[in-house]
Amino acid sequence: MTDAFIYDHLRTPRGKGKKDGGLHQASPVWLLRTLLQALQQRHALDTSLVDDVVLGCVTPVGEQGADIARSAVLDAGWAQTCAGVTQSRFCASGLESVNLAAAKVKSGWEDLVVAGGVESMSRWPMGSDGGAWVMDPRVNSALGFVPQGVGADLIATIEGFSRADLDAFALRSHRRAAAARAEGRFDGAIVPVLDIAGLPMLAQDETIRPDASLDALARLEPSFAAVGRMGFDETALRKYTTVEQIRHLHHAGNASGIVDGAALMLIGNAEGGRRAGLRPRARIRAAAVVGSEPTIMLTGPTPACRKVLAKAGLSVSDIDLWEINEAFAAVPLKTARDLGIDLERLNVNGGAIAMGHPLGATGCILLGTLLDELERRGLAIGCATLCVGGGMGIATVIERV
Amino acid sequence: MDPVTIESGADGVVVAVMDLPGRPMNVVGDALMAGLSQALDRLAEPQARGLLLTSGKADFCAGGDLDRMATWAGPEQPFQAAQAMKAVLRRMETQGKPVVAAIHGHALGGGLEIALACHARLALDDAGIKLGQPEVKLGLMPGGGGTVRLPRLLGQQAALEIMLQGNDQSPQQALALGLLAGLAPDREALMAQARAWIAAHPAAQQPWDVPKFRFPGGDSRAPASLPMWSLAPSVAGAKSRGNVPAVQHIMSSVFEGGLLGFDAASDVESRYFAASATSIECRNLIGTLWTQLNAVKKGSSRPAAVARSRVARLGVLGAGMMGAGIAHAAARAGIDVLLLDKTQAAAEQGKARTQGLLDGAQAKGRCSAAQRDAALARIAPTTDFARLADADLVIEAVFEDRAVKAEVTRQAEAVLGEGAVFASNTSTLPISGLAQASARPDRFIGLHFFSPVHRMPLVEIIVGAQTSDQTLARGFDFVRQIGKTPIVVNDRRGFYTSRVFASYLMEGVAMLAEGVHPRHIEMAGLQAGMPMPPLALQDEVSLSLSLHVAEQARQDLSREGKPFAEHPGMAVVRRLCEIGRLGRKAGRGFYDWDAQGRRLWPGLAELCPPATAQPPQRELIDRLLFVQANEAARCLEEGVLRSVADGNVGSILGWGFAPFHGGALRFIDAMGPAVFVDRARALAAAHGPRFAPAEIVCRAAADRQWLDG
Repeated sequence: MTDAFIYDHLRTPRGKGKKDGGLHQASPVWLLRTLLQALQQRHALDTSLVDDVVLGCVTPVGEQGADIARSAVLDAGWAQTCAGVTQSRFCASGLESVNLAAAKVKSGWEDLVVAGGVESMSRWPMGSDGGAWVMDPRVNSALGFVPQGVGADLIATIEGFSRADLDAFALRSHRRAAAARAEGRFDGAIVPVLDIAGLPMLAQDETIRPDASLDALARLEPSFAAVGRMGFDETALRKYTTVEQIRHLHHAGNASGIVDGAALMLIGNAEGGRRAGLRPRARIRAAAVVGSEPTIMLTGPTPACRKVLAKAGLSVSDIDLWEINEAFAAVPLKTARDLGIDLERLNVNGGAIAMGHPLGATGCILLGTLLDELERRGLAIGCATLCVGGGMGIATVIERV
Repeated sequence: MDPVTIESGADGVVVAVMDLPGRPMNVVGDALMAGLSQALDRLAEPQARGLLLTSGKADFCAGGDLDRMATWAGPEQPFQAAQAMKAVLRRMETQGKPVVAAIHGHALGGGLEIALACHARLALDDAGIKLGQPEVKLGLMPGGGGTVRLPRLLGQQAALEIMLQGNDQSPQQALALGLLAGLAPDREALMAQARAWIAAHPAAQQPWDVPKFRFPGGDSRAPASLPMWSLAPSVAGAKSRGNVPAVQHIMSSVFEGGLLGFDAASDVESRYFAASATSIECRNLIGTLWTQLNAVKKGSSRPAAVARSRVARLGVLGAGMMGAGIAHAAARAGIDVLLLDKTQAAAEQGKARTQGLLDGAQAKGRCSAAQRDAALARIAPTTDFARLADADLVIEAVFEDRAVKAEVTRQAEAVLGEGAVFASNTSTLPISGLAQASARPDRFIGLHFFSPVHRMPLVEIIVGAQTSDQTLARGFDFVRQIGKTPIVVNDRRGFYTSRVFASYLMEGVAMLAEGVHPRHIEMAGLQAGMPMPPLALQDEVSLSLSLHVAEQARQDLSREGKPFAEHPGMAVVRRLCEIGRLGRKAGRGFYDWDAQGRRLWPGLAELCPPATAQPPQRELIDRLLFVQANEAARCLEEGVLRSVADGNVGSILGWGFAPFHGGALRFIDAMGPAVFVDRARALAAAHGPRFAPAEIVCRAAADRQWLDG
């Protein structure tokens, strides 16, 4: 089958997802326009060679709704022959875009596809789009809905992670992200966002705390104890019947940050790259999605990784570097424990705890960060994985060429 | 006679009085709705200015006709019935002239729904009046617009609480909620206020029929309601555990109804109503807690030939918790009570306990200060047996010891009148044995009250070998007189309730002995629909008591030369007792107990290490329910139970057997005896002979019959 190559990737910095965040005053389509124009300019890309733009967006409502990919393509001045589609696989949407784009290319149906995603969480908060899973009481009951944080706390309880374990992991995320930023390791990917007048809005990730400390983290209140007590714990315990009590250990400091941001990745076959004058950087070797138990919700990465490794014919030890999304500290810790992953190969430049998780874009960012680091270290194979709402997991394996 | 009498006054007010002929209460059905329809025809006449809707019964309207619902075969009938009711109510609120409900008695279920379709509701300010939507308690939901109008009147959350909890509101509470427009001190004022409301609102319209109407607090579309909707199923599920479809259906009807216009929302409610009404859970609940409960209360187990009697004067021996509870219940029912104990101080303390109960009832608005004082005045604490001379009935509630009980029996009988009945409130000691201390065993009976007496609605009447029909009837009449539900059983070890209840507790302990994780066991008990999980309940009952009862049984059986097979859970109970973990009273049993609550004792993991492979919840739930149902069937087979209805009602009211199964025997009938027998045999093969299906069930299965024939 045709190979799907990664030709380039880029992203906005991640801005704090609140009213005082650096990207709050930028519309989501503006973030995409910024990246699409930057991608075109970097390579003097003939955009008529691009078949489609596949974007993830988890809360596609308001100005972020109605297939924002198509709006962004046209707003960025790309060829109108380039199509655009928006999809949601919750937190995996950014990586799902990459996998769909790769599948389009590998099938031979398309030659050059842009993948990526966007989320302005400060302007369109999580849940703004409702959904049967959460709102419809019949469906909510049938699926045993609880907020993700309760699921994360349940994972920590079952795995026996202490608050100190989780906080230490959070501290590590900030330290590594701070070091990576200081060394300029993200500079190749980040496109600073300018406003309509050309004034700078945000040039670097906004939520990294180089001064983070265990003391400061230890002072944060658990985020899900109150809602857990209101009834969600009981729903989870009805399924996890050997757990007497959920220990609520996750808080704002050891869970992923709410941020605004966007990311893109240019994917194509050899012919498409040649026509556009591009050099391939990595091959997408395999991708996988799985469904997992929806109430605990966040245990999908382990089976997704096992599935993708089997498809790629690889074992855990073949993977040089891992990116496991830091939705909650317990998730990378559990996944690493399940698979026997050496923590020194995991999220080596920090993750979403430090830099935030712009839902629709994160998966694409993770894969791009992974590729940059493989190149920097002269390594070959990497795997990115995310836990996903509704009980799913996703994983993608890339190999440098 | 018409179901609704209609009179037009000179002031143009049409007064419609709901008064179903031949029924003690107004119930919603075709007759009542036809009557309301006629009232609306009268209201349509040009001289009519408004409609005043009230009732000729003690109640305003008690709700749906459950006897009729019990006959519904498929979903078409409940759907059509709901639609027909709603058509009349919709016409009532949209015809343009004011309609006011004057409520002087209970307005429940469909009765409250009729009132909600009026433009205003006024009620008598009487704490005894109940307003509410209790349908969910019988596995039903409002089908006459309740899930449509209540959210539009009070907001979604308040409406959900009323319908999901099914609790009554007093008029004062209903006024505070916004359910009522006003209260009146007496009936005359009530009617006057209603007329005044009509005069003041010549062109009344419901809020939801005014353009640009908005739900108070927002509809299902409002972003602000998302957190509530995300949480509501968890809150409801923590109680119902998904066992009662109506709980889901109420939420769905309110949610979807909050996205739709009034008429579409009404239709959707009828769909969910039909699904609820035809659910097996609803049939079980109505079958037992309505049909069989009514039959039991009316005396299906009472000797019919004996004339009804009343107790005017009651003696209670022993002023402890049970004695005081019984005294309180009797005094509330207008019976004079002698509360007797060894010392005057003990007797006074018992009376003080009843005062505490009465104060609590008054604080909750369940009785007036005058009623409290009157009840208290009826209780006379004493140490003097001679004062029992004119008692109609004496109940002993002394220490659970044969010698102590024999002594008070003799002391009381020495002064009791010829016709008086002596009753023992024993929960474990066979009545015929206790009656050996009696000089008049034909007038000796067991009246097994449950603790706490003021909350537990059941009394298990135990008929001893020599108890006469006359005595049984008098015991039965007394239990009805104090407003409790009597079931009648024959005298065997553990009677009915204690025996079957114990099988639930011990099955949980047996699982623990097998290496099932304790939390897994407890969750299975809750998911099965039991009010408390088995190990926690065993702690409440006390392990030492269970051990004592088992040892007593062993001794009795060996004396009788009968074999005794120890329950597989008993070794664990004995071991815990040996190390002082006696249960909740000791602060330590399967759990550690303190003021904060209970936590599983960590040492349990060493005593009974959980196996690496745990059985599925379904297996545990089946075991916990089948073991009870099978024991209940054995009680029926052995003649301990005299009727299936007593067995079902007793299991739900006595120890809270999963109500949506309709009781321990209906559990068998609902799945079919043949299915029960197959599953019970498989359980017996895996877990022991206690699951071997009772012969009476095997026979029913073979004959393609039901236990409740």
